[in-house]
This record gives sequence, C-alpha cells and structure tokens, in this order.
Amino acid sequence: MSFEWPWQHSFPPFFTLQPNVDTRQKQLAAWCSLALTYCRHHKLYTLDVMEAQESPMFNNKKIERKLSMEAIQVVFEELRKKGNLEWLDKNKSRCLVMWRRPEEWGKLIYQWVSKNGMVNTVFTLYELSNGDDTEGEEFHGLEDWMLLRSLQALQAEGKAEIITMDDGKGVKFF
Amino acid sequence: MDRFSWSNGLLEINETLVIQQRGVRLYDGDDKAKLDVGVALLSTHRLIWRDVKNHECCIAMPLSQIIFFEEQAAGIGKSAKIVIHLYPVPANKEPGPYQHSKYPYIKLSFKEHGQIEFYRRLTEEMTQKRWESTSLSQPIPTGTSPQVGRKTHAVGIIGIERKIDEINTVCLFTNHNRGHQTLCSALVLLCKMVELSRSIANKIKDKQGDITEDETIRFKSYLLSMGIADPVTRETHGSGTHYHLQLAKQLGDMLQAPLEERGGMMALTEVYCLVNRARGMELLSPEDLVNACKMFESLKLPLRLRVFDSGVMVVQLQSHSEEEMIASALDNVSDKGSLTAEEFAKLLGLSVLLSKERLLLAEKMGHLCRDDSVEGLRFYPNLF
Repeated sequence: MSFEWPWQHSFPPFFTLQPNVDTRQKQLAAWCSLALTYCRHHKLYTLDVMEAQESPMFNNKKIERKLSMEAIQVVFEELRKKGNLEWLDKNKSRCLVMWRRPEEWGKLIYQWVSKNGMVNTVFTLYELSNGDDTEGEEFHGLEDWMLLRSLQALQAEGKAEIITMDDGKGVKFF
Repeated sequence: MDRFSWSNGLLEINETLVIQQRGVRLYDGDDKAKLDVGVALLSTHRLIWRDVKNHECCIAMPLSQIIFFEEQAAGIGKSAKIVIHLYPVPANKEPGPYQHSKYPYIKLSFKEHGQIEFYRRLTEEMTQKRWESTSLSQPIPTGTSPQVGRKTHAVGIIGIERKIDEINTVCLFTNHNRGHQTLCSALVLLCKMVELSRSIANKIKDKQGDITEDETIRFKSYLLSMGIADPVTRETHGSGTHYHLQLAKQLGDMLQAPLEERGGMMALTEVYCLVNRARGMELLSPEDLVNACKMFESLKLPLRLRVFDSGVMVVQLQSHSEEEMIASALDNVSDKGSLTAEEFAKLLGLSVLLSKERLLLAEKMGHLCRDDSVEGLRFYPNLF
C-alpha cells in the first residue's frame, strides 16, 4: 500500500514557516500529522534529523521545496510537546518517534491479551513483539524500547508487571 | 602673535601636558614670526612655544583665546600648518614678544610633521575645555572674564557682541580663504553657527518683551530656515507650528487628485518627490513634510498619514477602505494562483513597495500565506 500524501505536501507555502500565528498553528498541526502517519506507514521508530531533511517527507523534489533545518526543529518541538517525540541526545540529532504513545500501545496489547484469555500468563518480550501468535497484530514488530515503555505504562496502571528473568525481561498481565 | 605672553614654560599644579611637537615655526598671520623653529607644547590650559636653542625664550597663550582653528595642507616646499583664530587681546594680558599685531590669527608650521596628532589633541582640549573646571594657581588672563578658573558664560550685551565678533571672524576667514576651505572647517563653521543661533534663540525667549514683534518673527523664520525648530511656538502650540498647519492644508488640496489616481495610497517618498517637483523653489524638508502630514487628522482633512509594521510611511485617502484592498489582493492572488510583490505591482500599476505592503497586510489578516524559497517570496491564498 503506497503512502498517500496529504494535499499540503504539494502546496509550496507548506514548506515555509508561516509568520502569521494562526496560519502557523494549522501548518504545524498538518506537519505533525504527516510526520506521524509517514513514520507509522514505514514503521519508523527513530529518526536521524540530518537524514530526515533529505527524506521525501520533508523534501518534495517535485515542487522543489524542502523544510529548512530551523523549521524541522520547530516541527519536532511540536511533536515533543505533544508526547510523540523524544530526543535521544542533547544535540538533538536523533529522536524516537512515537506515532503511537506508550499508553496507546499498552492498551492495544492488553486488549489482545484479555481477548485471548491470556491474563495471568507470563510472556517474554520477544514473544509479544515477534511471536507467531501476535503476527497480524499492530504491535507485532514493535521495537523493544517502545514495547518496554508500553508495558511500563500498563504497569503504572496496575495492569501488568515486568519481570526480570535469566535471559531477559518478561511480563505478566493481570 | 600679540596674544602670546612671556612664560617660564613650567606647568602649573592642575595643568597637564597633552602633547608636544618639535620643529614648529610660528607665523604672525601670514608672516613668519621673528622667532626661530621651536617646540610647540599643548597643555590642558595653554598653548606654549619654546625656542629649541634658547630655552629662556618661551611664550604661552591660554587656550581660551582660541575661537577656532583649522588645518592647512602642505604644499610644494611648504609644510603643513594649523591656523588658529584668536579673540581680541584681553586688557590684562602680560607682556609678550609682540606688542600688537595686525592679524587676528597665527599659524603653526610643522617642519617635522606631527600636525595630524597635534590637531587632534587640540580639538580634544578645545572640546573638553578642561581649563574651565580646574583653576591654576596663577591668574591667567582668560579672555572671557576677569574671574579666574570659574566656568563663566558671557552674558548680556557683551556676550552677544563677542558672539558677533566670532561670526565676523569666521565669515572673514571664510571669504578670504574660500579656496582653502576644507570639509573640516565647514563643519566647524556650521557648529559655531548653530551654537550661535541656539544661544540667540534662548535670549529671544528670555527677552520676549524687549524685542519687537517684527524682529522676533524675522528671527524665528531665520531659525526655521536653518533647521532649528522655534522653541516658543512649539511650547505654545504643542505639536506642530503655524507653518506646518498651513502646509498640511496645502497638501490636502494638492494630493487629492494624485491619490485618487493611485488607488488612494502613496508612499511618503512619492509624496515628497511630487510636492517638491511642483514647488520648484523653497523645497520642503522631509521633516517638515512628516510634521505637516501628522496634522491631517486634527485638521479634519480627508487624508491620513499611516505607518506600516515595516516602518514604511504612506499618505492615504480617508475614504480608502482596508477591507476592499485586502479583498482585491486576495482576488488577484487566487486568480493567478500565486503572486510575487513585483507581479502584483505590475498588475495594479502600483509601486513594488506599496504592493508588498498590501500583500503583507492580507497575510497578516490570514487571507494569504507565503512561500519563501530561493526563487523569491511568493504569496498564495491561505488554504490552510
């Protein structure tokens, strides 16, 4: 399934940070949405800022427009404020993109667990993300760090407990 | 040269040496002084000269004697000089090498260079006038008043006469040496004249009752033509003078038609050019134009001076509608898909400056958005 670009992506002004405050808000909202759907579609969990500048997301070669580094940072800051992005380093060169927030993942996983009557069972992390049983689920293929955070979110809600085992981590659902 | 007095050349307690220069010959006006080449010394209080061979031969003059001074460039076979214009000899002057002189100025000829630095230091000392604040133990004829060391301003008739003396000297010198005038001297001249005008303006303000109405008006117009706002009228009338009022009414009539031709708005620079071209003589200064335009509203004229965010100033018809302007901008841009300021200007027959302001205004209202790239700044309808 090929990615469907939103109409803004072919609109040249989309790539200029708008000075009018109201217009800018709408622009940034559109950028955030585009960034998240793009990462989701391509199952991207981390972004390198330099690489991102050249990716088709921020660089539309057809209309010869791309977002400046300054604008990209503004978009990323918006994402961070909304809880969808986390910087991996102080220099802000790499970041984690959470097109779904940990709480949302946690909810999905828990739904699957309870739907299949597997509450009170212990799973290894690998089983959850890469097991045959979970194939077809959205959280299949979820990167470890993301999975862990989601389970931590569930743990905070009292719906799971993370266990440290000999060869790694596991989780028990309540 | 008759302003100099014999001196022992020793500095007083509060006096500091600023600079000294060898190889200086003195001139009484245009004639070589009957002295040899020596050392010129500048202190905070005096100009001192000492013969190189005979140290006993030493003369000094207080800096307060100096009206003004200027550089005279070197020529073929001639050294660079500093020409110093002096006040008349004070009555209590100590004896010196010359009893009297037919020249009101002297020259320092720098045979071994050093004139640039000396001139600079002299300028500094004459600006700071440090001799006024620190008194010397020995009473030195200051040339301004018999009192020693105190900062006194010559007041009353004597003060005015001295100022007139000053002006005369300056004018004489200017006329005499027209060919040698440097930019520097022109500036010095200007400063003195402005200073003079201000001081006379103040005197007029004080002596309001003693000077006739007619003289006052003449003097005020003289001041105005020199670019000094009349302090009296500004106080009594608040903002704007009678002159600006009249001017504003004139502009109101003159600009009606041109404004309508140009869609109700003209940049102030365009107005300035238009008005001055029509006047031919007695041109308006930019300041006068702005001040007159500021009065449109209070005079209930159908024109307004308006300043955009960018600082651009325009005159617009009061009937001019903002909404219409923005709506038409949006129409034009939508029609063409997108427009740059230049394209828009061509379309409307406006100046690029004004057309850009319109686009910016429409953007500010949220009707347009911008595309800023290497290709330039382009405006699109705001589809966000």
